[in-house]
Amino acid sequence: MQKRISNLPFHDTPEQAQKLDAVIESLKGQKGAVMPALHQAQEIYGYLPIEVQEKIAKGLDVSLEEVYGVSTFYSQFALTPKGRNHISVCLGTACYVKGADKVLERITQKLGIQPEECTEDGTFSLTACRCIGACGLAPVMTVNDEVYGRLVPEDVDTILAQYMA
Amino acid sequence: MFRSNVLVCGGTGCTSSNSEQIIEKLKEEIKAQGLEKEVNVIRTGCFGLCALGPIMVVYPEGAFYSRVTPEDVPEIVSEHLLKGRIVKRLLYQETVVDDSTTKSLNETTFYAKQMRIALRNCGVINPENIDEYIAQDGYAALGKALTEMTPQEVIDLVLASGLRGRGGAGFPTGRKWQFAAANKAEQKYACCNADEGDPGAFMDRSVLEGDPHSVLEAMAIAGYAIGANQGYIYIRAEYPIAVKRLQIAIEQAREYGLLGKNIFDSGFDFDIDIRLGAGAFVCGEETALMTSIEGKRGEPRVRPPFPAVKGLFGVPTVLNNVETYANIPQIILKGADWFRSIGTEKSPGTKVFALGGKITNTGLVEVPMGTTLREVVEEIGGGVPGGHHFKAAQTGGPSGGCIPAKLIDTPIDYDNLIAIGSMMGSGGLIVMDETTCMVDIAKFFLEFTVDESCGKCTPCRVGTKRLLEILNKITSGNGTLEDIDKMEELCYYIKENSLCGLGQTAPNPVLSTLKYYRDEYEAHVVEHRCPAGACKALTNYSIEADKCKGCTLCARNCPVGAISGSVKQPHVIDTTKCIKCGVCMEKCKFGAVVRK
Repeated sequence: MQKRISNLPFHDTPEQAQKLDAVIESLKGQKGAVMPALHQAQEIYGYLPIEVQEKIAKGLDVSLEEVYGVSTFYSQFALTPKGRNHISVCLGTACYVKGADKVLERITQKLGIQPEECTEDGTFSLTACRCIGACGLAPVMTVNDEVYGRLVPEDVDTILAQYMA
Repeated sequence: MFRSNVLVCGGTGCTSSNSEQIIEKLKEEIKAQGLEKEVNVIRTGCFGLCALGPIMVVYPEGAFYSRVTPEDVPEIVSEHLLKGRIVKRLLYQETVVDDSTTKSLNETTFYAKQMRIALRNCGVINPENIDEYIAQDGYAALGKALTEMTPQEVIDLVLASGLRGRGGAGFPTGRKWQFAAANKAEQKYACCNADEGDPGAFMDRSVLEGDPHSVLEAMAIAGYAIGANQGYIYIRAEYPIAVKRLQIAIEQAREYGLLGKNIFDSGFDFDIDIRLGAGAFVCGEETALMTSIEGKRGEPRVRPPFPAVKGLFGVPTVLNNVETYANIPQIILKGADWFRSIGTEKSPGTKVFALGGKITNTGLVEVPMGTTLREVVEEIGGGVPGGHHFKAAQTGGPSGGCIPAKLIDTPIDYDNLIAIGSMMGSGGLIVMDETTCMVDIAKFFLEFTVDESCGKCTPCRVGTKRLLEILNKITSGNGTLEDIDKMEELCYYIKENSLCGLGQTAPNPVLSTLKYYRDEYEAHVVEHRCPAGACKALTNYSIEADKCKGCTLCARNCPVGAISGSVKQPHVIDTTKCIKCGVCMEKCKFGAVVRK
C-alpha cells in the first residue's frame, strides 16, 4: 500500500524529545535496533515524522535511507498523525465473510474519509486492518482501545456518535 | 486453599467483549460479600469457544457460564458463590442435561472430539503465574533434557516422534534441528515464529496468551539440542496481550533460573528476547523474518543457504512456529511412541484450527490429524447457522485453497490437503455458505497478497497485480472466457518463478476456486451473473409487484432513498440510485424483494 506522508509541521515537547533521546541511548550498539527504536518513537509521538526518523538515524549511526526504508515497509509505522479517535476496521477473512466491507463503507460515508485518512477537524482517523484475532466476534472494529464486535452497518452510527461530543 | 476457583477467560476474544470488567466486578462483589478468603479469581488463556465469550467457569462444580455481562456478576456471586446455587440461565445450554444436573464441558459436542496437546494448559492455568505451569509438569521436560539426555538424544527423539512444522509447510522439525546442530559455529540462534499473519487464524496467539511458558521451555530445549544459547521470539505487534504475557513469563523464568546462566546446574546457558513485528505478512516467511529481526526491511533472501547454515545475523539458526514448540515438552516427557499413536502415520499428533466465518461455534479447536472436515465443521463447529448450507472451507489463508462440500469427508492432514489443492497453512479454517461468491473470495485474497507483496521479485510484485486486475474485470462483468485461461496460465508462471513462499503460493486461492468452481467464473463472464449474489456490479434488486403489500418498510430503511411508492401500493426500486446494500431484502417480511 502506498504510504501517505504528513505535510503538517512537526512540533515536539521537551518531554517527548527527552524520551526519544533516552530510547536511542538504550538501544545504541544493539544489533537490529532500528525497529525497536521506531516502535518506541511511535509510542511517544503517535506517528513517525521525518524529523524523528532523522534523529534515530543519527543516534543509531545508520543512514536515514535505511531508517526510512524500514518505516515505509511496515504497515504499523504511521507517517501521518492520527485523529483524536482512531478507528480501525478489521478486514481479516472471518470479518470479511461476515460483512466487514459494509461496515467500512458505512464509516467512510458517515465521515467522508477513506482508510488512511484523517477528518479535517482531527476528530477521527480511519484504517482498515488485517485481523486483530477477535474472529469469534466478527465483524469487528476498534475505536482507540475499545473493541466493538458482532456489528451490522447500522451500529456504526451509534458508535461514532459516542465520540463526536 | 480456596473453596471455589473462578476462571475467567482473558484471551483476546473475551477481553474484547469486556472480560476485564467482569474480573474487576467479580473481585468487588466477592469482597463485598466477604468471600475473598474462600473464592479465588483467575484470569486464564483461551477456552476455545470464542463464540460464547466472555466465558467464566466455576470450580469445583465446573459450571460453564457463557456470554456473561458485568451486570450478571452480582447474581453469580450471591447465588452461586455464596449460596451454592448455580445460575442456570447463564450456563452454556449444551452443558445442561435437565433441571438438576449439568454435564462436564468435555462431554459437549464442541469438546468431545478434541484432543488438547498444544492447548492443554489454555483455559486451565493462570498464564501469568509460573508456579501454575510448573504444577502441570512445566519445565520438567527441560530438566529431563538437560540432565538425562545428550543434545543428539533430544534430536533423535524429536525425529522419531515425526513432528512436522505447524506453521504450514509441514517440514520435519527433527530434521531442521539436525541440520542446525551439524553446522559448527561459535554462535547459533533458536528462534520462534509468532508472526501469525494469516487473517482469520489465531492459534499461536492463544497459545502465547494461555501458556507462554510452554514455548519458552521448548525454545530452551531446541537451544540445547542445536547448541544455541540465545533465542528470539518474533511476534506481531498487533497482539499486545500475548506480548505482555510473554514478557512476564520471560522475567519469571529468569527469576527461577530456568532461563539465563547454568540452567539446572548443567552448565547450559540460554536466554530469550522478544522482537516485535510491525505488520508485514511476508515476515512470516523464515528468511524475511530473520531479516526483520536484524532491523531491516523484511524482504526474503534466496535459499540456499538455508537458515540452518546461514540464518539470523549470518549464523546457523533454527526457526519453529509457536504451535510446533508447544508440542515439544510433551514429546520429551511422554516419548515418541505416545506422539506417534495420535494422528495419522505421516502426520502424527494434533493440529489446532481457528474456526471462523459462517459457523456456529467460532473458536479454537485442537483435533488429532486425520479428523475429517465433516467432524470439524458439523460436529465440533455446530454446522452453518441461519438455515444456510455448507459450501466450502478455506484453509491455509492467502496461500491455501478451498475444500468444496463434496470433499467434506477428507481426513485432514498435510498430504491430503496438498493433494486436493489446498494446504494446512497455520490452521485458519474459514467456513463459507452459499452466499459467498468464490470469485469474490479469490479476489479478496489477491487484494491481500498484492498489498503484502514486498516487491523484491517481479513475478510476485507484478504478477499478483495483473491477476487481481483480471479478477476485477471478471467480477465487474467485463471478463471474457479468454481471461480465465490467461489467468490460469499466469498463476502457474507466478508459482514457478517467485522468490519466496508468499509469491509461490499467492495464486493458490485462484487455482483452487478455478478447479472446483469454474462454473461460477463462467457465470460471471458468460451470463454476467453472480450466482451467490455477492458481486455488486452483477446484481440488481427489484420488487415483485404481486408480492409487495406496500408496507413502506423497505423505503424507510433504504439509505439512499432509491425506493418509491405510496402506502398499500407496490413499491419500485430506482436502479440508478440503488447502491445494492441489500437492506430492503433483509427488511421485507413478504419476500417481495428479489436479487438477480
